[in-house]
Amino acid sequence: MSNIQKAFDRGKALIAFLTCGDPDLETTERLIAAMAAAGADLIELGIPFSDPTAEGPVIQAANLRALSGGTTTDAVFDMVRRVRQTVAVPLVFMTYANVVFSYGTERFIRTAAEVGMDGLILPDVPFEEKGEFAPACRAYGLDFVPLVAPTSKGRVPMIAKEAEGFVYCVSSLGVTGMRDSITSEIGAMVGRVRAATDLPAAVGFGISTPEQAAEMAREADGVIVGSAIVDLIGQYGREAEPAVSACVSAMKKAITSGP
Amino acid sequence: MSKGRFGTHGGQYIPELLMNAVIELEEAYDRYKNDPQFCAELAELFKNYAGRPSLLYFARKMTDDLGGAKVYLKREDLNHTGAHKINNVLGQTLLAKKMGKTRVIAETGAGQHGVATATAAALMGLDCEIFMGEEDMRRQALNVYKMRLLGAAVHPVTSGTATLKDAVSETMREWTRRIEDTHYVLGSVMGPHPFPTIVRDFQAVISKEIRAQILEREGRLPDAVLACVGGGSNAIGAFYHFLGDESVGLIGCEAAGRGVDTFETAATVTTGRLGIFHGMKSYFCQDEFGQIAPVYSISAGLDYPGVGPEHAHLHDIGRVQYVAVTDDEAVDAFEYLSRTEGIIPAIESAHAVAHAMKLAPGMGKDKLIVVNLSGRGDKDCAAIARYRGEELSE
Repeated sequence: MSNIQKAFDRGKALIAFLTCGDPDLETTERLIAAMAAAGADLIELGIPFSDPTAEGPVIQAANLRALSGGTTTDAVFDMVRRVRQTVAVPLVFMTYANVVFSYGTERFIRTAAEVGMDGLILPDVPFEEKGEFAPACRAYGLDFVPLVAPTSKGRVPMIAKEAEGFVYCVSSLGVTGMRDSITSEIGAMVGRVRAATDLPAAVGFGISTPEQAAEMAREADGVIVGSAIVDLIGQYGREAEPAVSACVSAMKKAITSGP
Repeated sequence: MSKGRFGTHGGQYIPELLMNAVIELEEAYDRYKNDPQFCAELAELFKNYAGRPSLLYFARKMTDDLGGAKVYLKREDLNHTGAHKINNVLGQTLLAKKMGKTRVIAETGAGQHGVATATAAALMGLDCEIFMGEEDMRRQALNVYKMRLLGAAVHPVTSGTATLKDAVSETMREWTRRIEDTHYVLGSVMGPHPFPTIVRDFQAVISKEIRAQILEREGRLPDAVLACVGGGSNAIGAFYHFLGDESVGLIGCEAAGRGVDTFETAATVTTGRLGIFHGMKSYFCQDEFGQIAPVYSISAGLDYPGVGPEHAHLHDIGRVQYVAVTDDEAVDAFEYLSRTEGIIPAIESAHAVAHAMKLAPGMGKDKLIVVNLSGRGDKDCAAIARYRGEELSE
């Protein structure tokens, strides 16, 4: 069992996301430790990209802040190396294909494994293109985590059967970002995933309140919170630790015992 | 290797959310592309709505003045809406209609593709929403007005550099929000498979006509065909039916902006490197960590940091030569063609005219050059006047 799967061992998992280097990597380092302490079972680290086509305005702005601050892929690797000395929770990179490809796909994946990462999520790499990334991940012991969406329908079994780590279920149409309501039939999607794999299914995109998190956790094995955390980092910048910790711990409480 | 490859380029690097939409599009296209009814309807639209075939005009004064090869101009500027864009748009909107879609969305840079899409949507009774960089909306205010006049909603894009690449990103985002009833009318031979193939096939009418017209006029194939390249749709359209003819030199003219040795350039093949963006593997202007570079050209239509995957492949195998043309050279050509032939070319097309001006004098008088005049230049007059230090109010 991979480290990522172990994150789902203690009941419903809370997966927290932030963009590395927003507003700087020292802050990111402190926030990772704070989120782990506040109950995040797995942390997704976004490596900023200039043109994040799957993101809504909140995470787009975070990418921009991180890049304007001079964040580079190498600096992100160095930060992870430091953070790994104190933080044990599984860590997964979430970034775009070009960040990995331009670094040299194998070199990127080898370095990621070396600094202590556990997995990789590329929202612009669907099942059809994963052959370019997944074998190198396997060779270096990273899980290549796939996404399924409300539009995936008949594609779910094919994707889930070859999944590693967990299956990222996109809650609804559109890009990342906070929504008032999540209307897709999460239960049905999770059911299709479970019919094809024993791996955990986590739901993300648009989960911004403890109520929504609790509702999603009733259906899935884990809940991914991104824009809500990134929004707090956007508001509080270098002083975001208390707000982010409070958010993570409220979400964790909500998915464990209801809001 | 996945579908839709041109050598190593192409592919489908898009969110899972969109996969079934592009698969549905591919299936529909495969069903209709050889369907006699569909082909007849499209041919009818090309002829009686767009005004095809476009003329192949012998530019006698330009030829005499340059003193070398005979120069022909393929007059895509004479199409309805004033550019080659209408070819692709009529094809895609007709396809969307057959697929039962009721709404089309599109990105636009200079506004030509937006105007063409709004035009076809009006004709076919489809809802239409256009995404355009805020900076480009300011540069091309008249086209914004036209799109609205044609019944489209125009949404300003403020993210990133607020130009064409950001408009593409935002249209992709919009497609993920609303897929069921919506077709994305991509404007160039780029993006995920099957777009590069679909757009090429609809634009290939250009080279099909050039071939027949030049054979009729000259009894032989041309020695060179020139076209400007942003994403590359007019170029691939002008080249496609000559790809198998080794004797026909094919030259793509990229926008060098202020020069390929400066950061203010959009010459992707010349200065970019292999990457993955906007659904495709191809050449992109980017930094060492793969961040897409802000690009610059006087031409909003060529102001894009990537190039279509088939062009990247044609470059790799050496079948098409890609050259870079600066703002200065393009503006000179814009003025030269206006003065010499009484034809005001789009500033995009002026990049190809500029290269013809360099090429023709060194070629024998028995040689033939065809320049694809992809669009007309009315939209550019104010910007060129400004470039020359003259303020115009439109």
